[in-house]
Amino acid sequence: MAGLTIDRRGFMAVCLAGSGGLALGFPLFAPGEALAAGTAFRPNAILAIGNDGAITATVPYAEMGQGAMTSIAMLVAEELEVTPGAVRTMLAPGDNRLYAHPVLGEQITGGSASLRGSWGPIRKAAAAARVMLIEAAARQWRVNAGDCALEDGQVVHLPSKRRASFGALALAASTMPVPSDPPVRTSGFRVIGTSAPRVDAAAKVDGSALFGLDVRLPGMVYAAVQACPVIGGKLGSVDAKPALAVSGVTQLVTLSNAVAVVGRHTGAARKGLAMIEPHWEGGSSTLSTADLVSKADAALDRKGATAYAKGDVAKAFAEAAGRFEADYRMPMLAHAAMEPLNCTVEVRDGACEIWVGSQVPGRARIEVAKALGLGEDRVKVNSYLIGGGFGRRLQSEWIVQAAMIARQVKGPVKVVWSREEDTRQDAYRYHNHSRVKVALDAQGHPVAFDHRIVAPPIMLWFLPSLLWKDGVDIDATNAASGPYEFPNLLVDYVRDDPPDGLLVGNWRGVGETRNGFVVETVMDQLAAKAGADPVDYRRRLLPPHSRIRALLDRLAAESRWGSPLPPGTTRGIAIQSGFGSHMGLVAQVRMADGKVRVERMTAVIDCGIAVNPNVVKQQIEGGLLFGLTATLYSNITIRDGRVVESNFHDNPVVRMVNTPKIDVIIIDSKEEPGGVGEPGTSIVAPAIVNAVFAATGKPLHQLPLPPSMVERV
Amino acid sequence: MEDAVKLKVNDKIHEIDAEPDTPLLWVLRDIVGLTGTKFGCGAALCGACTVHVDHEPRRSCVLPVSAVGNANVLTIEGVGATPIGKAVQDAWLQTEVVQCGYCQTGQIMQAVALLTANPAPDDGAIDRAMSGNICRCGTYPRIRAAIHAAAKQGVA
Ligand code: FES
Ligand code: FES
Repeated sequence: MAGLTIDRRGFMAVCLAGSGGLALGFPLFAPGEALAAGTAFRPNAILAIGNDGAITATVPYAEMGQGAMTSIAMLVAEELEVTPGAVRTMLAPGDNRLYAHPVLGEQITGGSASLRGSWGPIRKAAAAARVMLIEAAARQWRVNAGDCALEDGQVVHLPSKRRASFGALALAASTMPVPSDPPVRTSGFRVIGTSAPRVDAAAKVDGSALFGLDVRLPGMVYAAVQACPVIGGKLGSVDAKPALAVSGVTQLVTLSNAVAVVGRHTGAARKGLAMIEPHWEGGSSTLSTADLVSKADAALDRKGATAYAKGDVAKAFAEAAGRFEADYRMPMLAHAAMEPLNCTVEVRDGACEIWVGSQVPGRARIEVAKALGLGEDRVKVNSYLIGGGFGRRLQSEWIVQAAMIARQVKGPVKVVWSREEDTRQDAYRYHNHSRVKVALDAQGHPVAFDHRIVAPPIMLWFLPSLLWKDGVDIDATNAASGPYEFPNLLVDYVRDDPPDGLLVGNWRGVGETRNGFVVETVMDQLAAKAGADPVDYRRRLLPPHSRIRALLDRLAAESRWGSPLPPGTTRGIAIQSGFGSHMGLVAQVRMADGKVRVERMTAVIDCGIAVNPNVVKQQIEGGLLFGLTATLYSNITIRDGRVVESNFHDNPVVRMVNTPKIDVIIIDSKEEPGGVGEPGTSIVAPAIVNAVFAATGKPLHQLPLPPSMVERV
Repeated sequence: MEDAVKLKVNDKIHEIDAEPDTPLLWVLRDIVGLTGTKFGCGAALCGACTVHVDHEPRRSCVLPVSAVGNANVLTIEGVGATPIGKAVQDAWLQTEVVQCGYCQTGQIMQAVALLTANPAPDDGAIDRAMSGNICRCGTYPRIRAAIHAAAKQGVA
């Protein structure tokens, strides 16, 4: 990654949004894999054109609802002058060499970065195919390539109107030189910017779409698994007899910290698992949530590694006319995707084949190879649709677990976690605490902003080369001062490791979610202290002519900020720059009998060019409701060393009945596309908490909302 | 002991080799091989496994296969052959409801049951009928709109 300068503050925004893909040497132009039968033309690992003219795009990213397949079909269609529906998409197998994200450096679907990773490379890949098809036709016809163009799956020689189909040209095109930097369309888009139908929708409404859970193989058996419920504990002993007595159960498999029951169908395996009483040993059996909270609180008093520093914060505080200080606490969160974790594996003859939906299939391949003592080339990972990822499937420990089970089983085995297992063995969003101190001038405007962040070192484990530097987790400290310009700024990071055996990881919205809540609720408290309107107060602190300031104004107009509301109703606002996009939300809440009811959300997003406005809206709507669940309910707790919550009754989620009315407005833009999967989630909690603050006058410094304020549905 | 159970799914009879208390969900998915019906919670809390048993929406994750008796089980793979099912699936596509799509087969089965019982539901009726079905991708506003759109077609 030499030459890549890391501006920590704007890292995700600048770097991921940047188009430096080619410069970073991304491997999308690596020679394609061996030609599949009937594939005449494979200019790179992404595209293949058959003798029949069929265009197949290999999607290097996971499809977990964010529309990766649709966006990539659109980008390819734009360059090849066909409709997105004419591009068949298939999910790439796990292969970090062929399918690495140009910035993340591996085959990773995360950070709302799929489209930003595709924007340059995929269009270039398709443009290369276009150039080669035209070149092939021009040589055949002995005409000038410059006089040829693409139209409806054909190359046309414009002066003579002579035509040849892609299929007819495919073989010849494959012998043309691969252009290193083919021109892509930069304006006058035909497909980009339209709400083309999602290419994955039809199969998802008729039940034919294949998620990991739907894999079926000859001779397959099914496993139900339970890992040690005590954090960090191990399997002591287990009596297999009660499980084996269940009709349809074939085998009991033990791992060092888990037990699995194998059967001819999942029903038998689950029943067998329910019959046994494993004896677990060791682990942190006295641990409770209170311990973790006090540990994080203690960390707030320690000085951390400096993430950003500007001006002279100490001097500003010494001279300040006023000051503000608050401590923030955010709980542990589960991902609770609808598809519980599952993975199908066959280990045979020194090789391993895996069928799974993973956000890191290339990494999963490496981890399984290591666990089984096989070469990476002896492990194959076939990718399937994901029924919601939200960051959980950026970990692969569950895939390794399935492989360790499979190695003891004859034939392929599908390991399916129960919802209880999925909730209790998550890679949680860990406790996050913050301490904010603000020095104010006589008008109540901030002159210094001091934000101490206590968070686990996720990036040290997940992506250290890019996002861990000098003891600072660059994701956790991202957006730690919001989009504002403070003359004096200090952000420091205190590393707070989770207890041994508790897996923590990325959660939709990552650093922006924790910091957006803190910074944007601080803003409203500062505005209240200054007697200012929250929109006016923010506007003064935003760079003039910036996209975020324009967004704030648009949001105020769209939400009719300041217009009268029915009694008992208030609004709250939040804005944020992150993931290469800018986002704002006004939440309207009604307070009745001390309970908060979110009635309406008006969201405005500036995500640069919206490649597919419908998909953008879907992602924002979905992100908002994901964030709403976390704001209202989510709080994973530990008692006696075990995760207490287990299923949707005690880890509730928003349902249709408490879904507010949602409006999403997309700002017209010609800037490069930004991410849209996560901003919706990040923006919710502060907007709602600010609306509650407007109603009660009492600030809230922790999530979720106090249970007394929330109606359970 | 295992019983060979006869099970009628989408009007086709299958011989099932499973214990009578096996949840219908796993029989459909692992034995009959119809994987459109999903597993979400195993405890009647999420609706991902919704099928119709003699036209009634049921959570197949908690319904023993033996309880089905001679009734016909209608699954997502068969619902498109019914006029309401087809209308609902079309409305889902028109409204661009799906994201990850995992919950949608259960949502559609629930919506078809609603529209069968109530051809013109208002928002309140939709909320009541659909709130047992969880979508973590947050497609609720579009599901509601799609149900209205399907109702407007008047097929029900
Ligand atoms: S899986 Fe049956 S209701 Fe959730
Ligand atoms: S579309 Fe993903 S859970 Fe509903």
